[in-house]
Amino acid sequence: MRPAHNYGHPIETGVPRPPHEPMPWVDPATNQTPSTNIDTKQMKSIFREYGARAAGLSLLPVLLAARSWADGPQTTPSIFAPASTPANSIFGLSMFVLGITGAIFVVVGGLLAYAIIRYRAKSSDDASEPPQIYGSVQVELAWTVVPILIVVVLFLTTARIIFAIQDAPKPKDALDVTVVGHQFWWEFRYPTLGIVTANELHVPVSTPQDPEPTYLHLLSADVDHSFWVPQLAGKTDLIPNHPNETWIEPQHTGLYYGQCAQFCGVEHAKMLLRVYVDTPEQFAEWVKDQQQPGVQDPQVAAGRQIFETHACTNCHTIKGTAAGTFGPDLTHLASRATIAAGAAMNTPADLHEWIKDPDHYKPGCLMPAMQLSDQEIDQLVAYLETLH
Amino acid sequence: MADQTLPIGGSLDITPERSERQTLLEWLQAWVVTVDHKRLGILYVVYSIFFLLVAGAEALCIRIQLMIPNNHFVSPETYNELFTMHGTTMVFLVGMPILFGFGNYLVPLMIGARDMAFPRLNAFSFWLTAFGGLLLYYSFIGGFGLYGMGAAPDVGWFAYAPLTTKPFSVGHATDYWALALIVSGFGTLGTAINIIATTLSMRCKGMTLLRMPLFVWLMLVVSALTLITITPLTAAQVMLLIDRYLGGHFFDAQAGGSAIIWIHFFWIFGHPEVYVLVLPVFGVASEIIPVFSRKAIFGYPAMVAASAGIAFVSLGVWAHHMFTVGMTSVGNTFFVLSTMLVGIPTGIKIFNWLATIWGGKVQFRVPMMFCVAFLFQFLIAGLTGIMLSVAPWDWQLHNSYFVIAHFHYVLVGAIIFNIFAAIYYWFPKVTGKMLSETLGKWHFWLFFIGFHMTFDTMHFVGLLGMPRSIYTYEANRGWNHLNMIVSIGAFIQGIAVLVFAFNMMHSLRKGKEAGNDPWDAWTLEWSTPSPPPEYNFATDPEVYSRRPLWDIKHPDDPDWKYE
Ligand code: HEC
Ligand SMILES: [Cu+2]
Repeated sequence: MRPAHNYGHPIETGVPRPPHEPMPWVDPATNQTPSTNIDTKQMKSIFREYGARAAGLSLLPVLLAARSWADGPQTTPSIFAPASTPANSIFGLSMFVLGITGAIFVVVGGLLAYAIIRYRAKSSDDASEPPQIYGSVQVELAWTVVPILIVVVLFLTTARIIFAIQDAPKPKDALDVTVVGHQFWWEFRYPTLGIVTANELHVPVSTPQDPEPTYLHLLSADVDHSFWVPQLAGKTDLIPNHPNETWIEPQHTGLYYGQCAQFCGVEHAKMLLRVYVDTPEQFAEWVKDQQQPGVQDPQVAAGRQIFETHACTNCHTIKGTAAGTFGPDLTHLASRATIAAGAAMNTPADLHEWIKDPDHYKPGCLMPAMQLSDQEIDQLVAYLETLH
Repeated sequence: MADQTLPIGGSLDITPERSERQTLLEWLQAWVVTVDHKRLGILYVVYSIFFLLVAGAEALCIRIQLMIPNNHFVSPETYNELFTMHGTTMVFLVGMPILFGFGNYLVPLMIGARDMAFPRLNAFSFWLTAFGGLLLYYSFIGGFGLYGMGAAPDVGWFAYAPLTTKPFSVGHATDYWALALIVSGFGTLGTAINIIATTLSMRCKGMTLLRMPLFVWLMLVVSALTLITITPLTAAQVMLLIDRYLGGHFFDAQAGGSAIIWIHFFWIFGHPEVYVLVLPVFGVASEIIPVFSRKAIFGYPAMVAASAGIAFVSLGVWAHHMFTVGMTSVGNTFFVLSTMLVGIPTGIKIFNWLATIWGGKVQFRVPMMFCVAFLFQFLIAGLTGIMLSVAPWDWQLHNSYFVIAHFHYVLVGAIIFNIFAAIYYWFPKVTGKMLSETLGKWHFWLFFIGFHMTFDTMHFVGLLGMPRSIYTYEANRGWNHLNMIVSIGAFIQGIAVLVFAFNMMHSLRKGKEAGNDPWDAWTLEWSTPSPPPEYNFATDPEVYSRRPLWDIKHPDDPDWKYE
């Protein structure tokens, strides 16, 4: 015989059952009321649970402290170490939001912790059920209205900063740079200055006496990318056929790290980005250097000839020599600290390895290995080294 | 119609005894041809747990690779496949099927029905979903990736065009991705239709809409939401395939197509999808928290309204995933507001759970432990969500590890924790055996510690500027130690899941007998034997309140007096 199935059992609402009579379908073995005592192990667990979160929260000040020793560039691109106008206003806003959400966490988390500790079942309890409360319109209204007020405050503050950053009027003397995202490297063009370079962006510092923001026009040659230098500004995507714009106004000179923040294919992780914020004098000098055509040093004519007689010219520009645009402009390659979007350093050894086998640093990148002999590569490298 | 005049339901045993000695083949056949909602529910859950292990293993490979900077554990290609497959699997082959599996099993039992409205559609849906998963994984053998070898999809689970178009994604890996999701998407649609029909037309006598258990309500809301959200995804994938094979230019920016259109389509699906995953577990929590607090759910009508409200608002927030694509300031502001609005119904839910615990007698059994952890974690996830809704801050946080941390707080901290809670809670009903409480506590604490090591830390790596989807990072960025902690936490979670798997297999054979109603609970499924017979209820039940078993257990003070 199968066990009796329950729901044949009519619910005799008319005939009250004595409160303690077990249900006919309840297995006698498990019929006792479920365990109602809480042992010390469980108590500890409750505290640990609460403590873990408190510890998590207490880490925040540590991060905030990072800001105090951080007036300027860091190797850690923390968003809490802003050094440029938009990043600063975002930082201010984020502190405000962190304050509000932190307070909410303390209040609601505290209530939750209180409730599970205070109302845990105790061994002294009898088996009776606690009073049943089905709801309360007043209380529920209260905790609907309070969040609405918080949302209003948060929303208005946020809207103000959105408009302040996105719709900031562009000053006349702002520097314009066009940024083109390519599968796994960055192209920077200064249309007003006639400069084209790659992966390392130079901009002037902006001082209260001489404010000079840089406006970045963001384009893509292939897939989606995203321009992100956390200390300078939030990120903005580079999307083909959809020009975007963002701006930075750095207040401290130095080198800022960033990288592509939208997955763009196999070498997305090695699409790094450097921004050099120069003093006005340094910047002027850099501009002057970059405006020169490629150096033509007769001592490295052999290397130059190799460059010109191989496919290098199809992909690379060296002003006065080659005009390919598929890869980075090499006219002033030697003025850069890194190659291949930060995947390797710009040293003769790294350059040699790069030309010999680009996949060594960036497996899957779009520059092919050219099957040159080591000697040819050495000559090439010697030539590239002269391109200041 | 059941014969109401029979005094004892058990006497209406109309199914013949199943043969005791089944051959393996008979056993297998019974599972394959079954249209029983309970068996299909179990199939869904087993299928999902299998893929949970697979996608979990992928996550561990990801974490080994990121343990130290410039690591060479996997190649960049493999890494990109791993995170694409991890994300796609967890969302489409774990999250959705396991929750629809619970729905399949529990909805008919909870509303006093004998099966789903369309049992055969139900089986069809399951097998579609199952084949979708197999198709996706077949890509490892059959797909030609970007690099000309057998390859899994490697374009991210978001698969932004134009990276997915033919010039940038040669071979068939992306096709497997699109086709697999189209196939399993149809399965999901079938189940959603089935659940809607079941809840609307199969409820037992007295089970008005406002007496349905909250889990059933949430499955109803989710199914409606599914019908709306899967559609744009399927449409986008068809457009993608047209681009890839029929010379279309929907996403081909070079030919005047739009990359942004894909992003819109994807997130019009993708954002509500998060709610498709999280709403059912709100239902789970709303069943478990009252039972282990020994109190009725606080504010039932508000809970129903808040769920419907969340589902509705969730349809208008998708572009908060797009604050960085260059929308106008007005566009951004609109999506800030709509996103923040979600916080209001969500807050109501948290408060109502809190009020349910308040004044109760809370029993810390394993399901409740998972639910309590969920409450804290979901609170944090909600608050980091508010941070992300602040568009200017999102310009920093978007696509950083902060976002990864935030959504894993939702997907793991809320959803997986509740899925575990649900398994501990309903396993006795489904199998007749209790899961071991000791192993369960080991599972809970290991998972809890691992979870917080991994995902708390990830927030900080994100704040320090680490973007997502990168196969490696530079050593001087200050991310090294934090990444190590994240990875160790991941392994602790892995161990916890193994403990859980062991617990299931062990308890299935050696577990304590559960009896019908081990938790002294109140919804209809606990009135059936464990496991329930094929027809669930011998006679049609009749209910008078939201907690029919409470009424029977407390005839002196039944719920229907107050509702
Ligand atoms: C098919 C086109 C192509 C050819 C041919 C080619 N390159 Fe490249 N090259 C690229 C691309 C694309 C990059 C950027 C790779 C990256 O960072 O992902 C690059 C990068 C470089 C860089 C690093 C530039 C920087 O600032 O980061 C150097 C140097 C270089 N190539 C030299 C050469 C030389 C020398 C040759 C000829 C032997 C050559 N390339 C041939 C496409 C090409
Ligand atoms: Cu990129």
